[in-house]
Amino acid sequence: MKEYELVIIGGGPAGLAAAVAAFDAGIKDILILERDHSLGGILNQCIHNGFGLHTFKEELTGPEYAARFTDQVLERGIEYKLNTMVMDISPEKMVCAMNSEDGMFMIPAKAVILAMGCRERSRGALNIPGYRPAGIFSAGTAQRLVNMEGQMPGKRVVILGSGDIGLIMARRMTLEGAKVLVVAELMPYSGGLKRNIVQCLDDFDIPLKLSHTVTDIEGRERVEAVTIAKVGADRRPIPGTEIRYECDTLLLSCGLIPENELSQNIGVELSPVTSGPIVNDGLETNIPGVFACGNVLHVHDLVDYVSEEAAAAGRNAASFIQNGESTESDKIELCPEGGVRYTVPVYLRPGKMNDTVTVRFRVGEVFKNSSIVTYFDDDEVMRRKKQIMAPGEMEQVILKKSDILAKPGMKKITIRVEEG
Amino acid sequence: MFDVVVIGAGVTGCAIARELSAYDINVCVLERGEDLCSGTSKANSAIVHAGFDAKCGSKKALYNVRGSVMMEKLCKDLDVPYKRNGSLVTCSKDQDRSVLRDLLKQGEENGVEGLRIVEKDELKEIEPNLSDDIECALLAETGAIICPFHLTYALGENAAANGAHFRLNTEVTGVAKEGDHFVIDIKDAPSVETKIVVNAAGVYADDIHNMVSKNKLHIVARKGQYFLLDKTVGNYVTHTVFQLPGKMGKGVLMTPTVHGNILVGPNAEDIEDKEGTNTTLSGMDYLTKTISLSIANPPLKNVITSFAGLRAHEDGEDFVIGEATDAEGFFDAAGIESPGLSSAPAIGEDIAKMVAEKLGASLKTDFVPTRKGILNPAELSFEERNKLIKEKPEYGQIICRCESISEGEILDAIHRPLGARSLDGVKRRTRAGMGRCQSGFCSPKVMEILERELNMDYTAVTKNGGGSQIVYGENKQV
Repeated sequence: MKEYELVIIGGGPAGLAAAVAAFDAGIKDILILERDHSLGGILNQCIHNGFGLHTFKEELTGPEYAARFTDQVLERGIEYKLNTMVMDISPEKMVCAMNSEDGMFMIPAKAVILAMGCRERSRGALNIPGYRPAGIFSAGTAQRLVNMEGQMPGKRVVILGSGDIGLIMARRMTLEGAKVLVVAELMPYSGGLKRNIVQCLDDFDIPLKLSHTVTDIEGRERVEAVTIAKVGADRRPIPGTEIRYECDTLLLSCGLIPENELSQNIGVELSPVTSGPIVNDGLETNIPGVFACGNVLHVHDLVDYVSEEAAAAGRNAASFIQNGESTESDKIELCPEGGVRYTVPVYLRPGKMNDTVTVRFRVGEVFKNSSIVTYFDDDEVMRRKKQIMAPGEMEQVILKKSDILAKPGMKKITIRVEEG
Repeated sequence: MFDVVVIGAGVTGCAIARELSAYDINVCVLERGEDLCSGTSKANSAIVHAGFDAKCGSKKALYNVRGSVMMEKLCKDLDVPYKRNGSLVTCSKDQDRSVLRDLLKQGEENGVEGLRIVEKDELKEIEPNLSDDIECALLAETGAIICPFHLTYALGENAAANGAHFRLNTEVTGVAKEGDHFVIDIKDAPSVETKIVVNAAGVYADDIHNMVSKNKLHIVARKGQYFLLDKTVGNYVTHTVFQLPGKMGKGVLMTPTVHGNILVGPNAEDIEDKEGTNTTLSGMDYLTKTISLSIANPPLKNVITSFAGLRAHEDGEDFVIGEATDAEGFFDAAGIESPGLSSAPAIGEDIAKMVAEKLGASLKTDFVPTRKGILNPAELSFEERNKLIKEKPEYGQIICRCESISEGEILDAIHRPLGARSLDGVKRRTRAGMGRCQSGFCSPKVMEILERELNMDYTAVTKNGGGSQIVYGENKQV
């Protein structure tokens, strides 16, 4: 198989935006490998609106948002292969992929962008006790069944987890004629966006029970009932607080996990917090020329940020191809502290970095009337007040290269949440 | 009129049917579930015991040791994954190592080869993730791991290929002797007549037995819960690591599986409900607590699913094998709890011999003892795989991303004899849906394939037959 300068693994929002940006930065020899039968990734099943407010200043549905990027890929004549599964990638960036038409094939690449997205945490991984009948779906699987196949996976529904897909599906199932009885959330706060709580639960009078979890699933063939209970500070169910719901369906929206099995094969180092690659300011992993963006890097709240991040990865990959490996050895570490769970990127190369770098992160709990404070070593350099911050929403700090170069010898940048 | 009806298409029933199909007789297997391997055979430790646990002289000891010896060749003949990984019974500094010596002695008396006690230094070499408290262990070189699904399907398919009939979704409601034969009543279907009945009905074997015999059996369902761990920690142990049996019971094991996962379990809990395959918070807590007695830092955050299986525990504490004393022509393979999987080949051989003798049947000349499993493209070379995809493009289309299962394998699973009819049927035959996403991504695709290949309605696709439908109908219509 012929060599490509840039191979992009995944044709969802991240892969598409990365391809377009790399192309516009001068790399014409690009191949996108997509496992599904069309470009667009998971956006194809997200038929609700609310996408693109930041990027296009209008409200688009998922397929519309994807189409904007697919069109750009097509206009540029960027090559892609559908129904193609990447089986392995070597540290030398030899991509092994497979489809029905070409069989199994190897593609040598100068640079690779990982854009495989994420998967949903399953019932098994949550250790929910009970039977294992039909009628237990991850919210995304139910979304695919309803929105792509036009088929109803349930009539009376309990939802565990208040992740965005679960909230969206509470509304969708209701609109399609199902009765959504309750959304239970283990944590004392929602895992989803505030606007989804309002528009998908409150507007339909669907109760959200915080600090609750599922303690039993009944039904031998199909789900017949689900019991939820309140949990204590240790997140264990409190006996005596059980409520039993007769229902035929349990949807799970309990978190997303970046799909980094391929990344691990290459030898990419992963963060134990995000389960995504550890990257520098160029979104490059520890393997030179291997970049990551989108939900495979860390789970995003809005696709607009995925596109923005992926475009940066595309430009940086282009620069890598054009200018070769970075020889810079100086590194400044980004340290998340005091409520900040992680940062992407994890370190900066002061000489090599772009004029500005967006540092994205999430907080670990709900903070009210607090500030995001940035320190260069021990010196406070930025303080931004936020009325409210929640784990369901991403936060960001923008760092300027000029500020960083003005402080030579700096070892670390700390980002933390402080009261007031 | 059949010569023999076997009740139950678990691993025992299928092993018996396969051995019977070597004789010149008319065999029929009746199975309540929608598929073979729907009960105890689908939820167990997936290991072949060496044979040192069972008391000397017991049927369990006899059949386990013989079955363990037979298993390797059988798996080769039937193309079933089997790996002799060896097992360890671990003994911690707080435990009585004389129990280990007794087990060694019992094993040797049972005729188990390759047993020896291994001390801490060597243990650290061969199994580095054992708990620091472990001082020594009984190593059984003949301990092995196996895929219980594949073994059951292979035995069933091979029996069918040799002429045995299988009736699925067929629940026996009565068995009665009438003159020189038996009449078997079936739920919602006409009765079946047969000269001989073989009872391999798992947790229900007592109910079936008691329909014809005054010497009552009593089976309780002994529930065992398990965790299945992701392949990323598949090398955490390489041996099957048991805990020393003691006052606290048999302990909890950790073992690799032939497919590269790790299995942790089981607990043991006697329950009344013979359908009680639910997991419980207390059961899972017990596994979490107990496994750390033998394993250092068990990687339980990598659990991808948990499940429970029911072992058919008979009050007599042993297998019940052979003709009922007061019902001529009625043969039991009852009380088949652990080591039932290990014993299945030997039980099959013996029951078939007894039945053949009763019928005066002779061996066929055209019995085919081998069977080819579902092709696993991952075992092919790059060139072979490309050749396959060129000839059959469906092998180039991956359906299950976590386990890299192609459409070709799923089509094979559906269209082979006694093929898959449900999502679980596809899963157990091919592993599609058995990986870390637990079928989140592939189930709608597998449903489409089932719909197309079996020419069924999308709403008729089930998880595992009966009322386990996945979708109810079109949007806004239900």
